Amino acid sequence: MVSIIKTLTTAALAGGICASAAQAGGTVEVLHWWTSGGEAKAVGELKKAFESLNGTWIDSPIAGGGGDAAMTALRARVVAGNPPTAVQLKGPGIQEWALEGALNDVDGVATAENWDSVLPPALASIMKFEGKYVAAPVNIHRVDWIWANPDALKKAGVEAMPTTWAEFNAAAEKLRAAGIIPLAHGGQPWQDATLFEDVVLGVGGADFYRKALVELDQAALTSDTMVAAFDQLRMLRGFVDPNFSGRDWNLATAMVSRGEAGFQIMGDWAKGEFLAAGLVPGVDILCAPTPGGGFVLNSDSFTFFKVSGADNLAGQQTLASLIMSPDFQSVFNLAKGSIPARTDVSLDAFDACAKLSHDDLVAAIANNALVPSMAHEMAVPRSVRGEIMDLVTAFFNSGMSSQDAAKQLAAAVARAQ
Amino acid sequence: MAVTGSPPRIRWRSFDRWLPQIVVSPLFAMSLFFVYGFIGWTLYISFTRSGVMPDYRLDGIGQYVRLWSTPRWHVALRNLVTFSVLFISLCLAIGILLAILLDQRIRIEGAIRTIYLYPMALSFIVTGTVWKWLLNPGLGLERVMRQAGFESFSFDWLVNSNYAIYTVVIAGVWQSSGYAMALFLAGLRSVDDQVLKAAAIDGAGPLRTYFSIVLPMMRPVFMSTVIILGHLAIKSFDLVMALTGGGPGYATDMPATFMYAFAFQRSELGVAAASAVMMLVTVVAIIVPYLYSELRGARR
Repeated sequence: MVSIIKTLTTAALAGGICASAAQAGGTVEVLHWWTSGGEAKAVGELKKAFESLNGTWIDSPIAGGGGDAAMTALRARVVAGNPPTAVQLKGPGIQEWALEGALNDVDGVATAENWDSVLPPALASIMKFEGKYVAAPVNIHRVDWIWANPDALKKAGVEAMPTTWAEFNAAAEKLRAAGIIPLAHGGQPWQDATLFEDVVLGVGGADFYRKALVELDQAALTSDTMVAAFDQLRMLRGFVDPNFSGRDWNLATAMVSRGEAGFQIMGDWAKGEFLAAGLVPGVDILCAPTPGGGFVLNSDSFTFFKVSGADNLAGQQTLASLIMSPDFQSVFNLAKGSIPARTDVSLDAFDACAKLSHDDLVAAIANNALVPSMAHEMAVPRSVRGEIMDLVTAFFNSGMSSQDAAKQLAAAVARAQ
Repeated sequence: MAVTGSPPRIRWRSFDRWLPQIVVSPLFAMSLFFVYGFIGWTLYISFTRSGVMPDYRLDGIGQYVRLWSTPRWHVALRNLVTFSVLFISLCLAIGILLAILLDQRIRIEGAIRTIYLYPMALSFIVTGTVWKWLLNPGLGLERVMRQAGFESFSFDWLVNSNYAIYTVVIAGVWQSSGYAMALFLAGLRSVDDQVLKAAAIDGAGPLRTYFSIVLPMMRPVFMSTVIILGHLAIKSFDLVMALTGGGPGYATDMPATFMYAFAFQRSELGVAAASAVMMLVTVVAIIVPYLYSELRGARR
């Protein structure tokens, strides 16, 4: 009994000492699901930077199901009244939690550091709830990339990267004639949806994309433009090998690395796979945006939950400021393969594709052609996204006509709203 | 002596009478709370507009309307029917056939029985993964046959939306028919030798013996096998997840995978709860008449 009391006293004392020592940087508990390869390395950078500011970092990685397991854990933690300080959470998911009253704002830090002037406006509005910053973006991923194997293209006699879908179709036909799989693709709903949104942008342009996939306008969803987009998606289906069902995206990327396939349409996380295969993006592997002259935005962010206690609050503020610091944005994104969320960070250390991504981003902001990704949970709530993905993947895996697809898409969206 | 001795004995006796209740009550309370309590909670949630978090304001039957207007739910139900019917009937047919063949007093019966029963020792996840590789056109059976010279051999059910559900049936039957065999074999062994001898004396052939005498006598074994296979079919989640992931598209979705997708991937607790209630209703619709007939039979 005496020894138990002694242990407890020691623990309490030690806790007290720790708390006061940590006061400088504060304490954060970070819930995330970045547990593999480049992602884990990127989180490691954040942890190192936070600890160098005398902060205490409690890591809560929850792997599995592309974040589903982490979301389940988060729900349990919030219900129990013990949320983590910051959670890897993005897009309209931020608004869902904000509506539940579960978030803290970090507007003090944001105003002092003038986040509004360095973030793309489309991204800043996603990070805010009722005009106040409740989340901080760590990166920008571009979804609308075409990756290509130059040797395969040369063998098939394709001179340049396609800039319209008609050119893409022609190039794909040439690849097929040369006995190369034109398009490497994995038949998983989110990958089908990635193709779909890139096609919608290319066929309809940025304004149409916003009307259809962000504002969910019924007239746009059933329009002829949407039917044309489904027609193009049907073309793409024809360029995929018969074995695509259920294939993971990185295996499709490997098909391009090995030259078995000519193209892959995938976000810039594919770059990590090319690098791992010893190929230099922009040299050994070509990159070009999908047609349409837009920029489909995907961004990871940390969302700040309602914690209490001076130590935790201090940690939250420190973390917010750290995430948005130019140095950290540069280091983190070099590890993860994306580009900084801040538009004013120097990209000297980045590769050619990242530089192109940044230039296109700045141009897209100027032309109002920056659109949030539907497939990657940036544009619409998860419920609507789920319904759209169901329809797109059903279309991709069946003989459904484009007219029917557009009609059913509109019905599916209406159901989820 | 008798006066001083009796009160403790009475006290002991009353304690004796209450002991079973006392021992069972924590278990009873726990199952009341964790099983029926949460069934009630799910039922309640299905009548609310719960999204990412439970929302306790009642909202009528909106979630059920939504559920029944979702094409994916209809696919899931159709798959459940297709899968259950084929899975149960094939397992029964193969199980009884193997059991009858094994029952012919053959040599090394023990070894053969173990081989057939062995798949049951694997989890559905392992079964699903192995069959995924076997049935993948680019890796498994189709490739092997083509390399062996049969260029036109084609078996792409796994990646074909119309046939993918049958690959789930194949994997499920492979895993569970040995188990059905074991149950039937035990049933066959329990048939009295006297009956068989009497049939032989009356001149019944082997077919007649099995169809008119042995199988009808095994009715209780059939019943319990169907119940066991039936609940495996309705629960089937891991097999689908490992084998097809619900794909291609959502062609092999089942009610259980549907519920998982809506609750944990889509933040739609309300719809998920409604689908869970529909699953419960389905099970109740099957189990209650069965229990009713069994209990009435017992009382008679």
